[in-house]
Amino acid sequence: MRRVAVIGIGITKFGEHWEKGFRDLVIEAGKNALEDANVQGEEIDALFVGAMSPGLMVGQEHAAALVADYIGLNPIPATRVEGACASGGLAFRNAYMAVASGMHDIVVAGGAEKMTDLDTAQISTVLGGAGDEEWELFQGATFPAIYALMAKRHMHEYHTREEDMALVSVKNHKHASMNDYAQFQKEITVEEVLESKTVSSPLKLLDCSPITDGAAVVVLAELEKAKKYTDTLIEVIGSGQASGQIALHDRQSITQIDATRVAAEKALKQAKVTHKDIDLVEVHDCFTIAEILALEDLGFFKKGEAVKAIRENQTYYDGSLPVNTSGGLKGCGHPVGATGIKQIVEVAIQLRNQAGKRQVKNAEIGMTHNVGGSGATAVVHILKRIK
Amino acid sequence: MKKNLALVWRRIPQRYRLIGSLCESCNEKFFPKRHFCPKCRRKGKIKDFQFSGKGSVYSYTKVSVAPEGYESMAPYYLAIVKLDEGPLLLAQIVDCEDDEIHIGAKVRKAFRIMNKDGKEGVINYGFKFIIDN
Repeated sequence: MRRVAVIGIGITKFGEHWEKGFRDLVIEAGKNALEDANVQGEEIDALFVGAMSPGLMVGQEHAAALVADYIGLNPIPATRVEGACASGGLAFRNAYMAVASGMHDIVVAGGAEKMTDLDTAQISTVLGGAGDEEWELFQGATFPAIYALMAKRHMHEYHTREEDMALVSVKNHKHASMNDYAQFQKEITVEEVLESKTVSSPLKLLDCSPITDGAAVVVLAELEKAKKYTDTLIEVIGSGQASGQIALHDRQSITQIDATRVAAEKALKQAKVTHKDIDLVEVHDCFTIAEILALEDLGFFKKGEAVKAIRENQTYYDGSLPVNTSGGLKGCGHPVGATGIKQIVEVAIQLRNQAGKRQVKNAEIGMTHNVGGSGATAVVHILKRIK
Repeated sequence: MKKNLALVWRRIPQRYRLIGSLCESCNEKFFPKRHFCPKCRRKGKIKDFQFSGKGSVYSYTKVSVAPEGYESMAPYYLAIVKLDEGPLLLAQIVDCEDDEIHIGAKVRKAFRIMNKDGKEGVINYGFKFIIDN
């Protein structure tokens, strides 16, 4: 396999973009990424686009061909990749594999979602499709409900408290307030989280990631070729993907996501690094409980012990294990297909030492963790700045 | 989106009668039905299995924000139920007071209306669970 580096990043502001549609968002992020990489269109060999459901959200399928067309990349191969909320992470992994394999030299990976054109009940139904339609949705399940069931059981088994989950939200909003592209720019308190409206007990509105429009795009290149474009090489040193049961009730345990554990093991093994080497991690906190599960399942803490680090503020940008410096899905926003790419963008910004107020000191190695549904897909990447 | 009647009809055995699967090779039971035993794969021997419909609450949530078509039921309890025969499934817990539901509470299957496919569409039936005192 060949070595691969990220040579360009681009992102739109995440939020409610009433004035922009799906294609406007992708074009904006794509233009930013190509300019950042300083590559010309004719140098690009292929395109992968992660999007969960533009068909149901805006009535547009065939999204990758649309993007290639509007970004001016015809006639290169353009492929849409779908793995629910992990679509962006999967698009990145496919782009990585295409370059690592030697098939292509320069590949673009993008992710986008336009969500605010639907009302709350409609978008809940669409997002519910990431679960088991016959045996979860039909029973009246929503995604907050599925994660609430995990949270309730985690509270039962490990004495996790609603206050602990609230701390995750408070921290991620704090990080978001220092990030210009984040949806939320305001800090919140534990009391505000606990007093927010219940969505699906014990999860409240401020435990849940929001509905967001946004896009993110990155450019990958074979390492030797990458040197022609940039001095700050961000190498992809590990990539892991795993699958698990689509329905929560089919799992041996509902307080852990096995796919996350397996994907992390694979990525760490390939990267030849251990947890101690990781300077920051962007995890999939679609709900506050999900960040707690992620930190345990990725192997940073034993089951039931992540909350201790959270209570001690170790997961802040200046703590011993900075988690979600972008603000995470909770604070930065969660335009489903864009999230996995945004995680790569944030880690690259940190490793390039361009994160401003939220900069993690001496960041050299970062990890991303993107989950589809309640854990039927997990994808983990490890990136390293090389001199 | 209105659904074709066949989609409702082919799900009847499982939704109305709680028929799942048993793998005779490893003795593992499954609900919903499996075509392959995920453990034994091709060496497995899958046959239909009738569950008793009795179990206990493994985890639960009170859903306040419901998806399309379920708005009028909200708030409602949704639980992972551990069937007495082993498997877990997801179901609503109905006719239940707030102080009756807790992890470990005994429940049993009931046959109920699940949702309606619009004003003139099909009424879908299926299982919900009730507290089993």
